[in-house]
Amino acid sequence: MRLLWQKDGYVCQEMVELVTDYLEGALTRSERRRFEAHLAACEHCSEYLAQMRVTIAATGRLAAEDLTPDMREDFTELYRKWRAESE
Amino acid sequence: MIAVLGRRASNAVDPDAELLARLRRGEEEAFVMLAARHHAAMLRLARAFVSSDAIAEEVVQDTWVGVLRGIDGFGERSTFRTWLMRILVNRAKSTGVHENRSVAVGDAGPVVDRARFDATGAWMSPPQHWIEDSDDRMQAQALSDPLHAALGELPPRQREVVILRDVDGLTGQEVCEVLEISEANQRVLLHRGRSHLRQALEDELVLR
Repeated sequence: MRLLWQKDGYVCQEMVELVTDYLEGALTRSERRRFEAHLAACEHCSEYLAQMRVTIAATGRLAAEDLTPDMREDFTELYRKWRAESE
Repeated sequence: MIAVLGRRASNAVDPDAELLARLRRGEEEAFVMLAARHHAAMLRLARAFVSSDAIAEEVVQDTWVGVLRGIDGFGERSTFRTWLMRILVNRAKSTGVHENRSVAVGDAGPVVDRARFDATGAWMSPPQHWIEDSDDRMQAQALSDPLHAALGELPPRQREVVILRDVDGLTGQEVCEVLEISEANQRVLLHRGRSHLRQALEDELVLR
């Protein structure tokens, strides 16, 4: 079993290149199995994957920004101008 | 349920459908609400293409004029957001684009420094733990500044993909439609971009 794993397994350097394909579900079933087998045996790559997940989640929290009242006015004006021109 | 590639599954509801219908009936408020909903994402994407905030604002305004003119031609084969972002990308490109865009800076080579692995490819200098489990919100605050900075350092194509996928939450397929790139290309750009952001956070948060 161990021998088999060594023969077919990914090394850490390959793992960091496959992380996105793994998270995107783009690995084949056998690639996915090998990826997860390495994860189960390697705390560093598990840490790396966890950090990628936190990074993605934190990037997703950069989004929230609302329109300022000024911008609302700009867009109202833009709309009225367009209406006036298209009539 | 099999969704035809390049089209939405017929049972998927476009979150903008209601506002769109009201806009078509000529409701000004619906327009302002649509603009408000998409404004931040549009500005972010525009800013990845052009060289100043002021030009990005113009591109966004210009895009909305294009939307108002073209609204009757919108066939709803894609989501409104995808259609909107495609118009934006086209406007941004015709407005003037960063000179170094076509150069694939940082689109090749390993995403983690080779020196961190030994000759067998195993970690020699493994990732240091910096994830705080205690308080998610505190963590988000602490990460926000370095993330903004790191996003700014990304080559434009990576930045566009990361912004659309991870900041604004588009699906991979939507990103491909907006930027007119293949799925494989999208994944490579996303991978390189995300890997850079992770490294930037490690550099920022781990005391060496």
